[in-house]
Amino acid sequence: MKRTYLDHIAATPLRPEAFEAMRPFLTDAFGNPQSLHSAGRQAAEAVEAAREGVAALIGASAPEIYFTASGSEANNFAVKGMALGQQARGRHVVVSSIEHSSVLNSVKALERSGFSSTLVPVDREGRIDPAEVAKAVTKDTVLVSVMTANSEVGTIEPVAEIAAACRTRNVLFHTDAVAAAGNIPLDVKALGVDALSLAGDQFYGPKGAAALYVRKGARILPLVDGGIQEGGRRGGTENVAGIVGLGRAAELAKSEMPARTAALVPLRERLLDELPRRIEHVVVTGSRSDRLPHHASFCIEFVEGEGMLLFLDMKGIAASSGSACTSKALKASHVLLAMGFDHATAQGSLVFSLIDGTTKADIDTLFEAFPPIVQRLRGMSPLYTEYLKQRGS
Amino acid sequence: MYSDKVMDHFANPRNVGVLADADGVGQVGNPVCGDMMTFYIKVKGDRLDDVKFQTFGCGAAIAVSSMVSEMAKGKTLDEAMAITNDLVADELGGLPKNKMHCSNLGADALHEAIKNYRDRQAGRAPADKGAADLHEHEGSACPYCDTTLEEDDKTFCRACRIEFEECPACGGITKKGDATCVHCGKPLSAKS
Repeated sequence: MKRTYLDHIAATPLRPEAFEAMRPFLTDAFGNPQSLHSAGRQAAEAVEAAREGVAALIGASAPEIYFTASGSEANNFAVKGMALGQQARGRHVVVSSIEHSSVLNSVKALERSGFSSTLVPVDREGRIDPAEVAKAVTKDTVLVSVMTANSEVGTIEPVAEIAAACRTRNVLFHTDAVAAAGNIPLDVKALGVDALSLAGDQFYGPKGAAALYVRKGARILPLVDGGIQEGGRRGGTENVAGIVGLGRAAELAKSEMPARTAALVPLRERLLDELPRRIEHVVVTGSRSDRLPHHASFCIEFVEGEGMLLFLDMKGIAASSGSACTSKALKASHVLLAMGFDHATAQGSLVFSLIDGTTKADIDTLFEAFPPIVQRLRGMSPLYTEYLKQRGS
Repeated sequence: MYSDKVMDHFANPRNVGVLADADGVGQVGNPVCGDMMTFYIKVKGDRLDDVKFQTFGCGAAIAVSSMVSEMAKGKTLDEAMAITNDLVADELGGLPKNKMHCSNLGADALHEAIKNYRDRQAGRAPADKGAADLHEHEGSACPYCDTTLEEDDKTFCRACRIEFEECPACGGITKKGDATCVHCGKPLSAKS
């Protein structure tokens, strides 16, 4: 069966170039970067070259890049490390209501040690109003964290405006750019952010390799106490191969981003325009204008996400959903609820995210396979029966 | 994740549909949990002559409904009332642990339909459908660790050993004594 992979937001394939760059460090070049001997120096040089590559992707300088094992770790590091580093100044943090769980749960962890927080609401398109962020900042606020783009609805947030509002109030600003970095141009200096999280598996690098940018001079406490690795801010022997793969992927992302965006945006637009025409009662979620180039998200009314994913998988199509049933915690997407969708609609959440090499034919495959799936599930949906009854009367 | 039997009942559900002239109708679940089931029964003598269902929900919920309809068809009402959710899960070769609570409601929906039939036979007004069968999901888990809170004491998480109170603004469960609600950020009352 032909496989159609439309789940970029879960993981991207590893670029062969990144894999080739990693290979020596999984085999012969196994040295520890902290060792003085030549095997160690070889590893250290590779890690530092990768740091340059990641820094260049976001307009940072290499010493401002700290490698971590995941985007979640980078977010934990930023939120906890920056808030705790300044608790003498204040104990209040501001985050948006659609942040990733690694940010929201870091905030909950801070609350257990006496911090308080404010969740900033979003509009129907999942957009955060910089004025709302500014309003939430108090004299006790030490950190604001708002994501660059949301992986469930694709909306790109006005990060530069939010950063400016924080800067004038002398509050540190972190942005979770895991969904965005490597996919849209980002420049930390132009954005004016103090910290930014990114992860390799969102731009064709390996899993387990991610990074946090911390502006030079911004105070942050380590999350992993240990040795002298990463400037003493993140202990633990470096994941050399993963870091090398991340660095190579960052270089490729930087040079290929314009061409990839030009290839994916028309496919995305076709999906966003046509799916609601081909199937009744389909709502596009997120912003149409400020949107990740690879991201098309919908709510399919009267059906639940998991059933759609299982049937799509039987047709060889991989996608994602934010429905309660597809989450282990069995809770509907906090993102869609925060955007004002009701529970029943949010259960029909479906995300098709394109990857490098997705073609028009892939979209055609989806257009062919998907409507009968929806029809079938609606045929057994009591909510659809109820709707038809009300419409008929 | 799912057994072959679950996948079979999900992909080829038996007895899907609506009985316009049903003798009894039962509904359980709600979209908050993600699963909702409606069962329709036709009764001949003391037996379930026909059973149909509709389900909004995940693969497990659809498979459970299908299995219940298959198990119930042709049974006497008393036999059908003896079908339990656990029996259904066993018959399906087991369900993932996190699906047992929300999705495994098929027997309950069937029982509701039988009760509805018996109410009609006795000339009683059918039991009022409303808040009673909405089992609350929001807030019944610890906001810090997602552990399901005890039904009889939702003010304490045994895993985190944290005491909770209900936020007057959003109704969510939040840490007692905090200045603001962990869900909506609104200030909590000063005296609590």
